[in-house]
Amino acid sequence: MNKEIVRYIATRFGQLLVVVFVAVSVNFIIPRLLPGDPVQTALARLQTSGGASNVDIQAVSAAYRARYGLDAPIWQQYINYWGDLLTLDLGVSFANFPEKVSTMIGNALPWSVTLLAVATLIAFSVGSLLGARLAWPTAGRGIKSLVPFLMVLTSIPFYLLAIILIYFFAVVLKWFPPAGGVDTTRIMRLDWATTRDILEHAFLPCMAIVLGNVGFWALGMRSQMVNVLGEDYITFAEAKGLHPRRIFVWYGMRNALLAQVTALALSLGSVVSGAVLVEVIFNYPGLGSLLYVAIRGQDYFVIQGVVLMLIVSLAVLLFIVDLLYPLLDPRIRR
Amino acid sequence: MNRFWANLRRNYEQGRISPLLIVGLGILLSVVLFGLIGPFFTDATNAQVGAVRPRRPPGDDYLLGTDSQGRDMWALLIYATPNTLKMGLIAGFIGVGLGTVLGLIAGQFGGWIDAVIRVISDSLLTVPAIAILVIIAGNIDRMSTFVMALVVASLGWMFTARTVRAQVLSIREKAYVEVARVNGEGPLEILFREVMPNIMPYIVASFVGTVSGSILAVIGLEALGLGALEEMTLGNTIYWSQQSSAVLRGYWWWWGPPIVMIALIFIGLFLTSVGFDRFANPRLARR
Amino acid sequence: MAVDMTQKPILVVKDLNVHYDTGKGPAKAVNDVSFSLRPGERLGLIGESGSGKTTMATALMRLTRAPGRIVSGSVELDGQDLLKLSDKDLREVRLRDIALMPQGAMSSLNPVMRLEEQMIDAIVAHVPNLKRPELDARVQQLLKQVGLAPEVARRYPHELSGGMKQRAAMAIATSLSPKVIVADEPTSALDVVVQRQVMQTLGRLQDGLGAAVVLIGHDMGLIAQFADTVGVMYAGKIVEIGPVRQMIEAPKHPYTKLLVESLPGIEVKQALVGIPGLPPPLVNLPAGCSFDPRCPFAFDRCRSETPQLQEVAPSQAAACHLYPGLSELPPLPARAGRELNA
Repeated sequence: MNKEIVRYIATRFGQLLVVVFVAVSVNFIIPRLLPGDPVQTALARLQTSGGASNVDIQAVSAAYRARYGLDAPIWQQYINYWGDLLTLDLGVSFANFPEKVSTMIGNALPWSVTLLAVATLIAFSVGSLLGARLAWPTAGRGIKSLVPFLMVLTSIPFYLLAIILIYFFAVVLKWFPPAGGVDTTRIMRLDWATTRDILEHAFLPCMAIVLGNVGFWALGMRSQMVNVLGEDYITFAEAKGLHPRRIFVWYGMRNALLAQVTALALSLGSVVSGAVLVEVIFNYPGLGSLLYVAIRGQDYFVIQGVVLMLIVSLAVLLFIVDLLYPLLDPRIRR
Repeated sequence: MNRFWANLRRNYEQGRISPLLIVGLGILLSVVLFGLIGPFFTDATNAQVGAVRPRRPPGDDYLLGTDSQGRDMWALLIYATPNTLKMGLIAGFIGVGLGTVLGLIAGQFGGWIDAVIRVISDSLLTVPAIAILVIIAGNIDRMSTFVMALVVASLGWMFTARTVRAQVLSIREKAYVEVARVNGEGPLEILFREVMPNIMPYIVASFVGTVSGSILAVIGLEALGLGALEEMTLGNTIYWSQQSSAVLRGYWWWWGPPIVMIALIFIGLFLTSVGFDRFANPRLARR
Repeated sequence: MAVDMTQKPILVVKDLNVHYDTGKGPAKAVNDVSFSLRPGERLGLIGESGSGKTTMATALMRLTRAPGRIVSGSVELDGQDLLKLSDKDLREVRLRDIALMPQGAMSSLNPVMRLEEQMIDAIVAHVPNLKRPELDARVQQLLKQVGLAPEVARRYPHELSGGMKQRAAMAIATSLSPKVIVADEPTSALDVVVQRQVMQTLGRLQDGLGAAVVLIGHDMGLIAQFADTVGVMYAGKIVEIGPVRQMIEAPKHPYTKLLVESLPGIEVKQALVGIPGLPPPLVNLPAGCSFDPRCPFAFDRCRSETPQLQEVAPSQAAACHLYPGLSELPPLPARAGRELNA
């Protein structure tokens, strides 16, 4: 592995660490900027809203203060915070005391990751291919009429699309279940019935994300292709007598893909945000619903833990995309 | 005034003002008018909880039906739309204002100020906005539409700052800035007289994008129940409908109209931004 | 370089018209242009910017892109009219019989493909059954011919210098031993030393192949050194065409004469002179001779009647109303130029 590649990876990894550092610090600072003791406030709110009434609030509060050193000076707390994070101790849930936050996140993470990964993969591939097709010089009027439709589709936030999808496909047509990740009465086993159940439940949430995104990818790819097809190397490829399809794919799409991947990286943040809300609408057992329930129940540490998880996941995803980039663009390899 | 129209027509013929821009602005204008003029014809009290009979589908007595808490949907829509737009505009102005100032400073003065601004802005850009906003919003006791706008604006400045900074850097190299500097214009003068007018198109483009992103974030937060729950906004309406399982119960007139209105706003903003790109960058004008 | 003028021409262009559709009407970039080329002949086409020469280059291989349009005329290569071929047949003819050396080789190579891949796919598109080792050998042979090292094959375009890229483009253009090479300003973006190297390589290749070359450019000196026949283009038309020595020593068209006079000489120090005025817009060409506004010898007939090409000397033709009245041009009237310090 030559030096340049190592340097590139190291730089990107360093950026990853910086982002995580800034995000974690922001995560730490904000609640503490507001007046009052965060744990006390959360517990007080919990009491007044009538949640977790079977928990001895005072005992919990005292335990927390001692445990998390909330009586210690801020900088000490900050160091403790980092210490806890590195040992993956994200605290304990108030609502489900004494369940650990890290366990809850561990359970929810696979659902979110698979939903997001599959949906984004589908939306990106289908969208890019569709966009390329739209840019094909002899694209007929039929195909071209897709463009305004895609523009409209892409303007609607995915969680609102989710509501529409639930209404039509789950309530009116009853083809798919309206909520959840899996039938609540099912015992999870590694068999076809369980798998099918999961897929049925995952279909609509996946569709919501895909439909909300596909227009963006398609329109982006189309405009990239239009740019690329105007380049000199396309003319020269034609002068070489190459078949139009070869030119379109290997000289055209291959180059347009570079800009698309950049766009993917830049938009991942908003895709993740949208996906979180989609999970909430569907009550899908991923990080989104976990966050939502925690917000409702003012389960302070769960909220912090999930937000942290979201930030770190996104940073890791971006890092992976950054690593992908030199594979696609030889000019970056130096 | 005649010259304005003449200019407008010339721009249209040159292809700089595309139909997209016109349709986009048209949609936005209609939505704004709906929200501005509507209240004069509709009684606000009808949009309060318990004002009218609940759960009526759209019909002769109620144009868009009523929700399960007794609100007249038509009245609610008329009052909620301007509130949502307001939040978007305020967040847009603050976000773009902050972003422009930071971008100008970073571009003009460079050095460690530039490095600091750039690191913060890039880090925040790669964070899922919902995450930070949820924490901020979840910790605020007294929420209002204005506070919502502020919260959302706190993460809305980065794109503008980046764009402005890049433009400032490229303009600084241009000849006319050199001339101004040689002529003795101070850095602030140069900033306002030479640089600003040339980045106006980018600022306007960022504004449209920032408003769009802000409304998206506002609605997202409201849908989670973190909005200003006493106010009438489009996002809150969706939240209330979710709380009452309106989707499962088939009360489509509860969540349908707000979604349509939101979609119109976004479509309008999207077309305007695409159309504006063509206006600001004449090279794109001739397809 | 002796050209056998008794051979049948390999390339015959007749009454070619290429228009650009602008908002204000068609711009006649190539206006009723005709010429022919014999095997092994080097034709240089010279013109200022806006004279239509690049449009000509792309039109010869039917590579014209919107908003350009080939309106009428014929381009016969070895008897086949390229403008009338089906797309499939045209693809076969391209590169195999007529090849392009592009203007900006910097941007004419696919940035994400290795050089050898771009060379191989060109060959494979015409000769499908070659095996990889044969293709590799061919690539190496071509690189050697243009003076590039063997390892260049595995490189990407951005790793090559401008001159190297131009030579790579030459290697691709000659890979199937075409009969005609169209070189569209191949050296414009290069520095003088590299220019000379590239032109020498081109000459060597062309001799080896026995191919005819259409060299298009604006550098009179460069073209004069390379070409056998020179055609001068102005406002979309060929205004004079003939053997290079004759044209330079005794130009018959006023524009050619002005061009020749504007070449700086090394022996005599004199003021730099240009040709005052600008070429006409191609959209609304005036009636009469397009050069009329700038011509020092213009008279009333020039404004109303468009001159046609007529023979003014052995193998030389010019489009000018001064002929056949005169036998040669009078000396140029004194013109203002910037005096150099003597």
